[in-house]
Amino acid sequence: MMDSFIHFLLHRFFVTGDPMIYGADASIALASIGIVVVVTYLKKWKWLWKEWLTSVDHKKIGIMYIIAALLMLFRGGVDALMMRTQLALPNMHFLTSEHYNQVFTTHGTIMIIFVAMPFIFGLMNIAVPLQIGARDVAFPFLNALSFWLFFFGAMLFNISFVIGGSPDAGWSSYAPYAELSMNPGVGQNYYLVGVQIAGIGSLASGINFLVTILKMRAPGMTLFKMPMFTWSILITSVIIIFAFPAFTVALALMSIDRLFGAHFFTIASGGSPMLWANLFWFWGHPEVYIVLLPVFGVFSEVIATFSHKTLFGYAVMVWSMVAISIIGFVTWLHHFFTMGNTAEVNAFFSISTAIIAIPTGVKIFNWLFTMNKGRIEFSTAMLWALAFIPNFTIGGVTGVMLALAPADYQYHNSYFLVAHFHSVLIAGPVFGIFCGLYYWWPKMFGYMLNERQGKLAFWVFMISFNICFMPMYIVGLLGMTRRMYTYPAGMGWTPFNFIETIGAFGMGAGFLIIAYNIVWSTLKGKRDTTGDPWNGRTLEWSIPSPAPEYNFATIPTVSARDAFAVAKTQEDQENKKERQLFQPIHMPNNSGIPIIMSLFMFIAGFGLVWEWYWMVIPGAIGIVVCMIVRSFQYNDHHIISIEEIERTERAAGRLS
Amino acid sequence: MAQSPLRLHEKSRSSLPIEYSTPENDLRIVGFWIFLAAELVLFGTLFATYLVLQSHTAGGPAPKDLFEVGPVMIETIVLLVSSFTCGLSTIELRRHNKKGLIFWLIVTVLLGLVFIGFEVNEFYTYAAHEGATLSSSAFLSGFFVLLGTHGCHVSLGIIWITGLIIQIAKRGVTPVTARKAFIVGLYWHFLDVVWIFIYTAVYLTGWVM
Repeated sequence: MMDSFIHFLLHRFFVTGDPMIYGADASIALASIGIVVVVTYLKKWKWLWKEWLTSVDHKKIGIMYIIAALLMLFRGGVDALMMRTQLALPNMHFLTSEHYNQVFTTHGTIMIIFVAMPFIFGLMNIAVPLQIGARDVAFPFLNALSFWLFFFGAMLFNISFVIGGSPDAGWSSYAPYAELSMNPGVGQNYYLVGVQIAGIGSLASGINFLVTILKMRAPGMTLFKMPMFTWSILITSVIIIFAFPAFTVALALMSIDRLFGAHFFTIASGGSPMLWANLFWFWGHPEVYIVLLPVFGVFSEVIATFSHKTLFGYAVMVWSMVAISIIGFVTWLHHFFTMGNTAEVNAFFSISTAIIAIPTGVKIFNWLFTMNKGRIEFSTAMLWALAFIPNFTIGGVTGVMLALAPADYQYHNSYFLVAHFHSVLIAGPVFGIFCGLYYWWPKMFGYMLNERQGKLAFWVFMISFNICFMPMYIVGLLGMTRRMYTYPAGMGWTPFNFIETIGAFGMGAGFLIIAYNIVWSTLKGKRDTTGDPWNGRTLEWSIPSPAPEYNFATIPTVSARDAFAVAKTQEDQENKKERQLFQPIHMPNNSGIPIIMSLFMFIAGFGLVWEWYWMVIPGAIGIVVCMIVRSFQYNDHHIISIEEIERTERAAGRLS
Repeated sequence: MAQSPLRLHEKSRSSLPIEYSTPENDLRIVGFWIFLAAELVLFGTLFATYLVLQSHTAGGPAPKDLFEVGPVMIETIVLLVSSFTCGLSTIELRRHNKKGLIFWLIVTVLLGLVFIGFEVNEFYTYAAHEGATLSSSAFLSGFFVLLGTHGCHVSLGIIWITGLIIQIAKRGVTPVTARKAFIVGLYWHFLDVVWIFIYTAVYLTGWVM
């Protein structure tokens, strides 16, 4: 009995046999012990629980999203560097083929679902309520729940590499390879359950922000007076609501296949592996726009602010995003042109995919015209936005090449494709995330990130990005296919691969400079005493940095686009007088239920991964009990008194 | 008076029904409608999956070998009537009639339980007597998961309404309990609509084709 238990622990539960894994085990253990020791030593447990872990404040939730996303970016980046090390030279044995498969799978999944998504949720949590003059999101409790579902989903996915083994079927997890018959073990279960839990949180966020933006805008702010970032989040929320349920179903069906022996995507008993590809990409392609449209919004804000001009072609910007969101739902099949569709079907999706370049191109020109005759200020945020335009356009143009179905038979699954989607997803979301981070950092924390270090990080990262991915286009056309774990010498691929690896490590260096910049600026950064460090145009810059709990002491009235820029040009005597007339503010109470309920979700999920139903059942009961407890809670608000508002506003220098 | 945390335009709300009487209720109801839109996509995906796999019987039982008219008709009628009684509860809600509200909610829950009973019996019959289980064929995988998802939703609705009945009994018809009762009503009617599609896409086509 004992022997078989130990055998199970050593051979199935813990991943063993690779020195790198032991290193990971040790560093996870050390980091966890370190965190516990430091928090205990500083006697911060209570503070951590009351101020952060149970918070329903959108600003704190946003910060937690961003911290988690940065940690995940580190993990996904290490995966990338491991792959590039393996491919630096021919016939390398740094990773085994099996390990390499796991690494590219976790790299892709983590970067999309646990880096890009939470970063965007972080930025929208921080900026959207402030931009529309609201005191929180529509459903603050649900917002906290979304965050913790994402967090525990990410943790469940991440522990796979030391406990049980990671998934290895790629981030798109095509059937039938991802099915039980070809992929036994728990790895793929981790993917299905971890991503499912995070996905429920994402769907809830989509609903939350759609209602927030539709119903909670300051008086006078009509839809077409909203800041462009808020517009991008409105449209993104709609895409989330219509795309994520399809993914929820796809993941659930494959889980049912694997855990309960159904035949949705299997080869045997009438299952249809192609159904998986269709369901996955019906979500997967709109997902690209879910991570892309918000950064279009960020760039619109940043380019207008640092050109000191209003955004060019506001209405066209909005309608082009609407067009992208609609067409984005009818292009999914271009991910598998080569899987035996009829010519008519391929032609339809080829055309729809090419058409989507038009509204995107319109946006590119609008950004250029915004800068035209502007007084451009080359801040770090602006540099990221400027670099986005040419780099993203390269990704867009190669995307149109890939959209042509006959030509795609040449490019499909080659490094040309790998280079294309990294051009789009790095120059888009990653540049946009860093851009937004530098732009909104003072509003989040009340101090600035150092600009010199930020610009250094930008140049290192941006140049390395091109060094890494430009050769990939060439090596792809030379015939190197994606997901190969090694290659022979004499194919003509070696120099390109070596250069790519140099570029990848350069991007790693750029990331480290950003990390250093954050630490340095936290200790020595310039305070933002004005609340408006960039001479901003939208409402978030009208309040102190960091924003007080209730955001706006009095809710502003909006009469035009760029509400704060307009307000600054008018003599604001009346407004100042009005500010004295505070009223008590109702705010939602903190709650421990979101984190506890998500923890039960984690427990139930871990049980499902291992098919341990003795663990699934208590987890599921815990979830239901949390829901009932919440339903019976009636006293969930507190009131901030006028005195307290005056005290806070005075401390921020807003009251004489 | 404290300002609403949610800062909506304070239109006159006195003319609105009780479930819309506070700005926060308004938000929650709109949020729930949007949630139902997401549910629509979820069920839409399951329907698409079922229809694709309907003919993939892999030599096992086909729809017309399994589906019986009698029990399906009864459970359909039961669920449709429960939607009607749920509607009656909303009428009582707007009359601020606590007793009537609770009565019709209890009737709705009981009808829901009857429906679930029929469904469980149907599943049991297929599995035990016809050997038709989740893993028999792609068609049956699609069938059990589509109907099972609907059945889980109904079961959750039963737990939800039961919890709500306790709250209404304790607190009476207040703007908060009224909003909750209204929202659970939306949910219940939605499940009824889904069932009509199941009746058409699964049973009717199964009998006919």
